[in-house]
Amino acid sequence: MGLGKTLLFRSINMFLVLFSTILITVILLGPTLDKLLVDAVRNQVIDEVNQGTLKFQNPEERSSYINNQIQFRSKTLGLDQDSFNPSKLIHRVVSVMTLDLGKSHFFTSDFGSSNVRDIIIEKVPKTLLLFTTATILVTIIGIFLGAYVAGKEGSWWDKFNSLIAIFSNSFPSWWVAMIMILVFAFTLHIFPARATPLSSPSDPNYIFDLLYHMTLPLITLVIVSFGSWAYIVRYFLINILNEDFIYAKRTMGISKRKILYSHALRNAGPPVATAVGLGLASSFGGSIITEAVFDWPGMGKLFYDAIGLLDIPIIIGLTYVGTLIFLVTIFITDIAYSLLDPRVKGS
Amino acid sequence: MQKKLFLGLIRSRRGIIGISILAFLLALTAIAILVVPFDSYKLWNDPDYWINNPKTASPFWTGYFGSKEFEHVSLDQYDAKTSSEVSEGIKVSNFIFDVNIQSDDFPDDFMFLHSVKYNEVPPVLQIDITRPDNNTFTVYYSSLPTANNLNNTFTDRIFSTNNNIKESLSQYQSVFSFPISGFEPPVLLFADTNKPQVLHGTYHISQKFFLFDNSSRIDKVGVILGGKVFGIMGTDDLRRDLFIGIIWGIPIALFIGLTVSIFSISIGLIYGVVSGYRGKKTDEGMMRINDIFYAFPTLILLILLSITFGRSIFLIILILMTFGWMGTAKVIRSIALQMRNFQYVEAAKLMGQSDMKVIFKHIIPQLLPLTFASVAISVPGAILAEAALSFIGLGDPTLPTWGQMLHDANTADAASRGIWWWIIPPGLMIALTGLAFFLIGNSLDAIANPLRKQNKKI
Repeated sequence: MGLGKTLLFRSINMFLVLFSTILITVILLGPTLDKLLVDAVRNQVIDEVNQGTLKFQNPEERSSYINNQIQFRSKTLGLDQDSFNPSKLIHRVVSVMTLDLGKSHFFTSDFGSSNVRDIIIEKVPKTLLLFTTATILVTIIGIFLGAYVAGKEGSWWDKFNSLIAIFSNSFPSWWVAMIMILVFAFTLHIFPARATPLSSPSDPNYIFDLLYHMTLPLITLVIVSFGSWAYIVRYFLINILNEDFIYAKRTMGISKRKILYSHALRNAGPPVATAVGLGLASSFGGSIITEAVFDWPGMGKLFYDAIGLLDIPIIIGLTYVGTLIFLVTIFITDIAYSLLDPRVKGS
Repeated sequence: MQKKLFLGLIRSRRGIIGISILAFLLALTAIAILVVPFDSYKLWNDPDYWINNPKTASPFWTGYFGSKEFEHVSLDQYDAKTSSEVSEGIKVSNFIFDVNIQSDDFPDDFMFLHSVKYNEVPPVLQIDITRPDNNTFTVYYSSLPTANNLNNTFTDRIFSTNNNIKESLSQYQSVFSFPISGFEPPVLLFADTNKPQVLHGTYHISQKFFLFDNSSRIDKVGVILGGKVFGIMGTDDLRRDLFIGIIWGIPIALFIGLTVSIFSISIGLIYGVVSGYRGKKTDEGMMRINDIFYAFPTLILLILLSITFGRSIFLIILILMTFGWMGTAKVIRSIALQMRNFQYVEAAKLMGQSDMKVIFKHIIPQLLPLTFASVAISVPGAILAEAALSFIGLGDPTLPTWGQMLHDANTADAASRGIWWWIIPPGLMIALTGLAFFLIGNSLDAIANPLRKQNKKI
């Protein structure tokens, strides 16, 4: 398969996944959404009747007027149709995919808009900032630590690193986050327990405040994953170190250190890049819990709050944006792999 | 092969450690089933069941470090010295509880419980406390409410926050040499008269009922002094004994982990074998579908499904199974692709055996050891996923799962309040259970996985 064909396949795959995720979302949440919308219409009508100048002869006339109004408005909004009506479903999917996400019931953006798109767009950079920084740090630490222990296979350091990897795979990362808050915020008072900055976003110092509040989540994310990263890098490196061309280089008299850090590491590049990409993609999904624990004002925290309040437009919007980021990350990873690894083109 | 697998497992150090941890967990579960009342499992979320426990108390052994914390006291009618006498038609029943207090710390709160059966005339209750310094405080004196019907049973708890108690105690200013207005009843009752410190010694708490007719009967009497330390693992904000929660969490976690992994690995096994064995167009199509499933953001879908279909444990298991088979399918497929060309498989085909028969009789049995390893390895993931879901608040709320406990802890801000005993044990249990299966799976995989490269140096 050539690169072009791969790209095409991947794009189609990505689109299919995106489409079906949104379709499933809309099917699953449609009935709840419709119910909430009808409730909203009812409240609106009753408010208008209570505050308006219309006079009624008796309560029956009033309630029949209200019911007529509700029916009329529901019809114009398409709420009288069944939630699983195909044309309605498609219409919803298309509007979600074109970022027409409706209004939130409970949340507003920093600047007071209740438009779901505005709210989410504000949150995206914060999530990307935290998790991309963490991934970059973890990758750097992982590569160097992994290379170091790969060079000393079987040593005490190597065993210790494997142990850390096993443990960090067993602990839930959000539990480690709670422990970090317990230790650094409650006991030692070094970092704030809540990661939402206190100053307002229009404040010029907001960015520094944000970075200060980011420290504890960042340290936690690095701690929970550097061990298994180093282990992955070590695994790839040791496999490469056992290949024949490395033995050939050794016999040519190139030092072990040089082989490890230049030849072996370069060959481990493509699989490590893939692992970095996949790790980054799945960390966005895991952000829901991490951000909720730290109160970091990103997409995950918003998702967590929206689940608690059952704010369906926000949930649908975040599902779309989250899936999109996830898929684009995987897509870029795939391309990077094809570009880095010459063997992919040939096969 | 199975025998070799088992032998390999008990010969590797990892396998032994894993099996030991698992055995330890199973032993704890067995003890729980035999010793702990089953009601504590069913009524985990019923605050009434736990009301006799102290609120947010730390584990008892924390009292051994630093100052001696007040240990929880919970006494009922069987612990009391009972006496009753009848004079002028009035029956007086007296229940005296002896409590020896040696802590440096006052109780958090106290409660007096009673359950009395009576007809028209309500009995009168008087509570006195005789202290080690021979002062006697009358803490409470009041009649029970008028009965609405005959044979009325009245059950009540008098809390330390009761106004009646506060007023009664304010009469005793003359006994104390310091102003008592700023102190709460749990402090005043047990304080030295010269300074607000605990007066050590034995206290006699008497609950005296004046009964005005013969048919009146006292069913239950009790005294609870709320401690700051309780049990092996303390209690949470809802007064639940966290140790019991931790113990009941084991069978639930094992059930979730094993069910999810057995079913999802089986799906992956069959899917992968069919795809790899059939090859060509079937393989291509099935792997595309696999890719699509693989790319789904699983956690988000889990959340959506739980929102829509409610929060039952079986549903969570079903969802986790649906999205847990893709990785296995990929690995198995690549093995099946090679096995397709093995001579005995080709021979079976030439003999005219159907595809189904070849797959189930000749290929899958060869893959079983690897399947066992995969099942063990994927158990921690399933447990973690359920815990994560519970933590977000979408777990089964009726069960004491570890994720649910951590969810409650996070909702109550346990981390920033420093309630470490609510946070550390559930997480450690999740990790310990995961570790056991990971170690077992890892040592099985080392024996069974044909794709695992033989390292030259090991």
